Amino acid sequence: MSTLSLTSAFSLLLKRDLVLAYRRRAELVNPMLFFVLVTAMFPLGIGNDTKLIEAVGPGVIWVAALLAALLSLDSMFRSDYDDGSLEQFMLSAHPVSILVLAKILAHWLVTGLPLFIVAPLLAVLLNIPASAIPTLMLTLILGTPVLSLIGSVGVALTVGLRRGGVILSLLVLPLFVPVLIFATDAVKTAIVGIPTTAQLSILSAMLVGSLVLAPMATAASLRISLS
Amino acid sequence: MTASSTPSSPIAYEARSLLCIRDDRILFEDLSFSIEPGQALVLEGRNGSGKTSLLRILCGIRLPESGELLWDGEDIFKLGPEFHEHIAYLGHKDGSKLDLTPLENLRIARGLGKAREGIELEEALDQVGLYGFEDIPTRNLSAGQQRRLAIARLLITDAKIWILDEPFTSLDRKGIEHMERLFEGHLNRGGMAAMTTHHRIGFKEEIQLVRINLSER
Amino acid sequence: MIIRFFHQMGSPRYFYNVAGKMIPWFMAGFLITLVLGLYNGLFVAPPDYQQGESYRIVYIHVPAAWMSMFIYVVMAVSGLISLVWRIKMTEIIVISSATVGASFTFLALATGSLWGKPMWGTWWVWDARLTSELLLLFLYLGIIALHSAIEDKRVAARAVSILALVGVVNIPIIHYSVEWWNTLHQPATITKFDKPSMDMSMLIPLLTMAISFKLYYGAVVLMRARAEIVERERNSRWVQELVEKEAK
Repeated sequence: MSTLSLTSAFSLLLKRDLVLAYRRRAELVNPMLFFVLVTAMFPLGIGNDTKLIEAVGPGVIWVAALLAALLSLDSMFRSDYDDGSLEQFMLSAHPVSILVLAKILAHWLVTGLPLFIVAPLLAVLLNIPASAIPTLMLTLILGTPVLSLIGSVGVALTVGLRRGGVILSLLVLPLFVPVLIFATDAVKTAIVGIPTTAQLSILSAMLVGSLVLAPMATAASLRISLS
Repeated sequence: MTASSTPSSPIAYEARSLLCIRDDRILFEDLSFSIEPGQALVLEGRNGSGKTSLLRILCGIRLPESGELLWDGEDIFKLGPEFHEHIAYLGHKDGSKLDLTPLENLRIARGLGKAREGIELEEALDQVGLYGFEDIPTRNLSAGQQRRLAIARLLITDAKIWILDEPFTSLDRKGIEHMERLFEGHLNRGGMAAMTTHHRIGFKEEIQLVRINLSER
Repeated sequence: MIIRFFHQMGSPRYFYNVAGKMIPWFMAGFLITLVLGLYNGLFVAPPDYQQGESYRIVYIHVPAAWMSMFIYVVMAVSGLISLVWRIKMTEIIVISSATVGASFTFLALATGSLWGKPMWGTWWVWDARLTSELLLLFLYLGIIALHSAIEDKRVAARAVSILALVGVVNIPIIHYSVEWWNTLHQPATITKFDKPSMDMSMLIPLLTMAISFKLYYGAVVLMRARAEIVERERNSRWVQELVEKEAK
């Protein structure tokens, strides 16, 4: 197979998933709404204490982002599994990991990117100073793709199971911890006004690492789930 | 039970002493056969005798417990995607997206496989009797029409071997006859097939059928 | 030579017989080292000049924590072998290790928490090592949950192997990130066990306990593997012959 047809298969699949998402666009806002709602619950649980809300703000936003990512993960391969498209992908003449990467990218564009867009609003709700908002956005744009990539392995392993959702959270949440730690730490550091290059470069390294490794692991997992 | 193919012989798909176990039950063991161009393997047997499992093993989706699968003398698991460009699989599930139109579905199928020269997507739809339905969401087609769309997917790639699991499901009698002609066309072009069906196959006499009954082994 | 060894060990029947002969040795070794280690640790070794007698729980805690890591690595390595070469025996090692590993992790957490009570005055402190250990427990639980959710045993073993591999790539990252997080937010915590300053009289019982736990793990894995083999191969002739012989 030539590289040309491989890139065209990649973009074909990316476009397909985006078109499918667009045809069900009513569902597009759900992860975003979930993100906003969970974040709004925290001040209600903690109490109306501005200082405290400010202190927990970055952590709250990121935990909510983790949960929103987790919630939307299940849809990554579900419908393709149900209608038999996934079998066809496995039998494609192209490397499955590349096709998987296209699907992860589409999934992130549809479910991860909206979190990034709505983040400034949440930052205002949680009294995060304006100076730290760019850092928050940066952590989201670097961190949420990592969540999608790592999550894809978990989804691939549980896609054939009837009650895969609960197990999925058990599988992937511990793996999300490094992203959570470095992202929240970056935002907290930015609030104090200290440079955050270290945390952001670690997040970038995680993104690169998971970009290389996760699609292969996901492809192998899908093959196992379908056998 | 043929010996390994010599270099001069045509490409063949060969299975050697396959063993398949499901839920601790041996479905079949020491199963060997080979399929050559123009031949169709027809699997027979009771429900649960392992027909679908065998077809999935032939695709390389499922691993046999032991045994070898050789495409042109080479292990298919070593060939990987290189082997996949030679096969087209029609399973229980159609593999079409209901939210996309038939034309969009075919375009993706062609992009995933190795495109066959000299056939337009519209032409393939016409051949399975879906002319005029190109731009209607697949969801709105009848079950039989959705099955026809899945069959159209076979026509547009350059796959040499078609693996068909109950291809005639939901089709009416005329539809079945029509699809049989399409399968014959594939075999006459030097293609191969492996299939299961509850329906009595009405292929023309010159088509060579290899029958294996999994219940009576 | 090595390849032949693997193939022989890869044959379930051979493994079953060899494992059966090895288990008593492992158990005996485990019991001897356990008694030696505990006696030396609890009675012979001197009390810690800072922590008094309560430090003695390290003789359980530290070897258990070592084991929790060690078993995970063993799982990942055997997972890799079973994915690449499709060897049944390594699949069985992956599965039978998970519960033992989870138990050691839990033991490390429980003893860490018991030790924390007199030291810090609370049962739980978000100390870097304890937190890493907690996350490791979650990884183990995920593996056990996934394994029990998949009906087909061989598929389950392969799925779990991948998960163990993904986990082993992530564990150093998780550990590093937890340490980063800990030093930033709790700069004042005392490092728990200062290894370099450890006296020989303390180190020897510690190592004895580590060996003891390893032998225990070996014995348990072999036993579980034997049970798993008999279950998987119950249709084969040699297992049926074995059952008939036992019944007599």
